[in-house]
Amino acid sequence: MAGGPAGWISVLIPAALFAYFLGFVPAVSDGDVILLATEWVPSLDIRLSVMIDGLSLTFALLITGIGTLVTLYSTKYLGSHPEYPRFVLYLMAFMVGMLGLTLSDNLLALFVFWEVTTISSYLLIGFNSDSAKSRRSALQALLVTGTGGLALLAGMILLGNVAGSFELSVILQQGDMIRAHPLYVPIVILFLAGAFTKSAQFPFHFWLPNAMAAPTPVSAYLHSATMVKAGIYLMARMNPGLGGTDLWFWTLVIAGGFTTVFASVLALRQTDIKQVLAYTTLMALGALTLFIGAGTSDAIKAAMLFLVVHSLYKAALFLMIGVVDHATGTREVGVLRGLARKMPLTFVAAALAAISMAGIPPFIGFIGKEFLYKAGLGLEQGSLWVTGTIFAASALMFVAAGIVALRPFLGKLADTPKPAHEGPMVMVIGPLILAVLGLFFGLFPDTIEAWLVAPGTWAVYGSPDVSVDLYLFREVNAAFILSMVTFATGVVIYVFHRSLRDALGRLFAANPIKFDPGWDRVLDGLKALAGWQTRILQSGVLQRYLFVVFATLAIGIGGTIWTKDALNFRLDLAAELDGLLFKHWAVLVFIIAGALLTAYTRSRMTAIAALGVVGIGVALIFIMFSAPDVAITQLLVETLVVVLVAVAMLKLPHLDPVGTKDRRPWHAVLAVAVGVCVTAVLVAVLQGDIDRRLTDYFEVTSWPEAYGRNIVNVILVDFRALDTFGEIAVVVIAALSAYALLRGTHYKGRKPDTAEDET
Amino acid sequence: MELLIAIMVGVLVAASVYLMLARNVLRFLFGLILISNAANLLIFVSGRLTAEAPPLIPEGADAPLELVANALPQALVLTAIVIGFGLFAFALMLVYRGYQSLGTLMSDEMRLAEPKEDGQ
Repeated sequence: MAGGPAGWISVLIPAALFAYFLGFVPAVSDGDVILLATEWVPSLDIRLSVMIDGLSLTFALLITGIGTLVTLYSTKYLGSHPEYPRFVLYLMAFMVGMLGLTLSDNLLALFVFWEVTTISSYLLIGFNSDSAKSRRSALQALLVTGTGGLALLAGMILLGNVAGSFELSVILQQGDMIRAHPLYVPIVILFLAGAFTKSAQFPFHFWLPNAMAAPTPVSAYLHSATMVKAGIYLMARMNPGLGGTDLWFWTLVIAGGFTTVFASVLALRQTDIKQVLAYTTLMALGALTLFIGAGTSDAIKAAMLFLVVHSLYKAALFLMIGVVDHATGTREVGVLRGLARKMPLTFVAAALAAISMAGIPPFIGFIGKEFLYKAGLGLEQGSLWVTGTIFAASALMFVAAGIVALRPFLGKLADTPKPAHEGPMVMVIGPLILAVLGLFFGLFPDTIEAWLVAPGTWAVYGSPDVSVDLYLFREVNAAFILSMVTFATGVVIYVFHRSLRDALGRLFAANPIKFDPGWDRVLDGLKALAGWQTRILQSGVLQRYLFVVFATLAIGIGGTIWTKDALNFRLDLAAELDGLLFKHWAVLVFIIAGALLTAYTRSRMTAIAALGVVGIGVALIFIMFSAPDVAITQLLVETLVVVLVAVAMLKLPHLDPVGTKDRRPWHAVLAVAVGVCVTAVLVAVLQGDIDRRLTDYFEVTSWPEAYGRNIVNVILVDFRALDTFGEIAVVVIAALSAYALLRGTHYKGRKPDTAEDET
Repeated sequence: MELLIAIMVGVLVAASVYLMLARNVLRFLFGLILISNAANLLIFVSGRLTAEAPPLIPEGADAPLELVANALPQALVLTAIVIGFGLFAFALMLVYRGYQSLGTLMSDEMRLAEPKEDGQ
């Protein structure tokens, strides 16, 4: 097999997983919900818990099943690419993320996997990293879905707090409580922001067509069959918990319906077949949103069926166009003609998938469309809107199917950049299997009903009391008649579709609202904002930074004291002054005078002397209040400081350049404010009771356990020896660094000009 | 006395903040010395003051016989003094070396890493 070990491993893994998940089908189709859990981050209440019900199993089978075919296809499509192993790695990472997302029972774990898919999608869209267009599309997809992801996280946290648990199986039981909660509206908005960006609903749709810059297997897998359906999955999953309100109904129905029609009209405009498929994917996502929003049991049933149907035919068509592109070197509808004879197998796959997409019996696409109509007609509110959008979209899908599968293959063979030839078997087999499955399920709808659609519907609807009964044809009813009208309309539009495309092109050229250039403007604005904000905050001037730091400190402490009313005790100054000796007075006055003088003076020598006074005053306080060891250290250090400063002064200039003064009233105001705050905090501390437990412990254990009579020394060298060791290390490092700095000054004669050379 | 020392600590902090906000980095250094003194006193005083009773255990006893000064803040302050000195010595050398290379002590003129851009 092409692609070496990376190739066959990448095919084997999804194939094995697919087989594994198939094993759950019997239990789940009986209505069982399988829950498995292990603790992951217990302190944050994050559990790696797995819930397998109809909905997650449907997704798991689609992910692994289509994943197998797509990886098989990639071995040939990209197998000779020098970066193929990297591609496989990203693809596998994506698959893990997607499986985790759909199987996870814990909201926070779900979010982690959600982001894994976002990031792997970014890497895969930007796989052709030497193309600027790829990089831009990748970044756009990342930013749009990533922003939605953040909103989703906020929504999940709110929901978790409201429900008291992050386990979906617990949350979904509490739907009535959640819907009545005051935070319900923000939760829904945040969840939908995540789902709509991920599933490219209008107005966040613009990233998906751009994402088609990715290699074709990626488009087929991520941007059609699986990842973009993560948003759909989320809405379906949350439906029992969040759905059923007017807000949910109208938001989903309007956004979904609008996306559906908008995307199917845009699909007709495209000439690149891959872009046609991209827009019909948008249409399908819109329809799924629409029907999950509609929320009746029929609508959910239709949505679940359409989910599977769409994944089958759309993945097949994407892979098919990849084969055509590979074989002919182009994807333009205007160029491709008459490929059927040269590429018979590809044509069969394309035709079968397209018939399903057009909704023609006896394919599963027909049943899907029939159930969409039936559900739409049965709605109590918004029936006309839902049925109307689905009618328009189905007719246009019919046309799109014709454009994709009829025109390129029928007629006379046209010249293409490369001479047309049948694609290799590993590439054709995938689309063929998917397309044939569409026919199989159409002929035997009972199979897919029992395996996937019925259990899925139960999970989304939130109760297993819904009977699901799929059938190809039973009677001539409103839905059937509507189908026939759809075909007629589709045929008429197909006949005129080329002139319609030109007209649409002119119409869109005249439209002033463009999302893609608008995106660029948003990004430019963001950069300008960031630049402006950085210039404001990052002045590069030390004084301003320090001012901000100290002001924040003063406001933070002062504000807290003020709002918490922390100083509501009476200070007994008279008792404080009573019994104060001369030595106490003297020390206090010396220290305060020394501090103020240091701040005030313009003379270096005065400052050094004043600092010395403060230091010795502090040492005296230590002596007076029974801390002889501390006092000795303080005296020693203070002497060293004065000596060091004095030595340094010999080589340093005066404090203020000649003719300038250092008077800064605003700084003084701030300084006083900080000082007042510190005093206030200390006074508040002194008012409280002291906790002497540690001191008591040291006092009674100092001799019996450490054989030392000086408790302070015992603490330093015994109880907190590691701390002291760290202290010594700090001093050594400081000394070494200072030495290195001093050594660096040994180039005499060219000292100040080095700076000028560099600036 | 505790209350008065609290006020004095406030004065020390105010003086050091004023110094640290100065343009001249040498004043910043003076502020650094003052603020470490203020911080040490703050820790010391919050352990409460006890006059003339150092935390020592007399010969023959297993523990102090009467109330002695709180040993814990003393140990912490002792460590803090030494660390503060290390910090100060390093900062002083940095200032010294900065002056050697850049020829200025004004913090807003030390812009080797971030030269002024146009329009600033």
